[in-house]
Amino acid sequence: MISLRLYMLQRISALLMAPFVIGHLAVMIYAIQGGLSAAEILGRTQGSLLWFLFYGGFVVAVSVHGAIGLRTVAYEWGGLKGNALEAFMWAIGAGLLIMGMNAVWGVTYAVGPLGGPGG
Amino acid sequence: MNRQQWKRATVNSTSTISVTIERDADAQAQFEVPAYDNQTVLDVVSWVQQNADPTLSYRFACRVGMCGSCAMMVNGVPRWTCRTHISKVLDNGAVTIGPLRNLPVIKDLAVDMDPFFDKWVAAEAVHHGGLTRDDPIAAVDETSAERVEANAGIECINCSVCYAACDTVAGNPDYLGPAALQRAWTLLNDAKDEGRLAILDAVSGSGGCHNCHSMGSCTAYCPNDLDPMSAIAGLKRETAKQFWPWGRK
Repeated sequence: MISLRLYMLQRISALLMAPFVIGHLAVMIYAIQGGLSAAEILGRTQGSLLWFLFYGGFVVAVSVHGAIGLRTVAYEWGGLKGNALEAFMWAIGAGLLIMGMNAVWGVTYAVGPLGGPGG
Repeated sequence: MNRQQWKRATVNSTSTISVTIERDADAQAQFEVPAYDNQTVLDVVSWVQQNADPTLSYRFACRVGMCGSCAMMVNGVPRWTCRTHISKVLDNGAVTIGPLRNLPVIKDLAVDMDPFFDKWVAAEAVHHGGLTRDDPIAAVDETSAERVEANAGIECINCSVCYAACDTVAGNPDYLGPAALQRAWTLLNDAKDEGRLAILDAVSGSGGCHNCHSMGSCTAYCPNDLDPMSAIAGLKRETAKQFWPWGRK
């Protein structure tokens, strides 16, 4: 019940996620050495195109990958079919994308209510 | 187990085998079948049909593991019953025998194989010849990589053990299944088959090779020690190459 296109999209997004996951874990381990406050983290991510692209790309890959994977689970275990199945996939993908990009935007370019860092 | 140990095990076990046959989804029949040396699961089923209940339906033909007719579920796993020794599957002197999984039951132990074979055709697992009787016979290089791949899968006896073992088929009735896809893979690698595009197209459909989760039950249970899982992985690779404009050939 999966087309070659969805299969390839899921594999390509997995390929992209591998360096993103490793990079994310490395940053987490590095960043908490000796403790790091939220302000210090935001000081590094605010206005950073690099971090926006890194985590923005990560979120896009996760949204694509997770939506296609859950579509298969919903079909094989949940019995969802036809338009309901496609709608389920798009809803999962859109949900992950909106929530993820909201978070990424919050730590990079968003402006808070007092003109400071948003979130 | 060597022969001496096997004989001792046989002698020490009860002289009868407690056989449960699943005749309907919720109807089980119990039989006490005499235990003999060199007794296969098919021998046990035949004894029941010939001596205890002549209404029992089951299917077999060659009895030597070539025709692929006699596969059944034995203690919950698919097996070729004519080549499965009962001593190897007995659990405390008892065995449960049922119809093959993932296929509609016609009666008792006989299943309808039509969905299984329909999927062979749907996977384009049929010969695509390009020559006529007037052409010279195409040369086959037995040492070529393609021929080695094809040879690895051509001894399939169509018994449907892999199809019954496959959890992806169980959850996804459209999935073509391991046997059909493996035959598509052998034909894709066959120098005498000219259906490359038709095969790649057929195995890329909604029930195609990309549904396989590589759980490996097909390879684990194949009575001929074939490896459909790797054949399906080969189809995934070839179709993935085909996906890119520069990968088409």
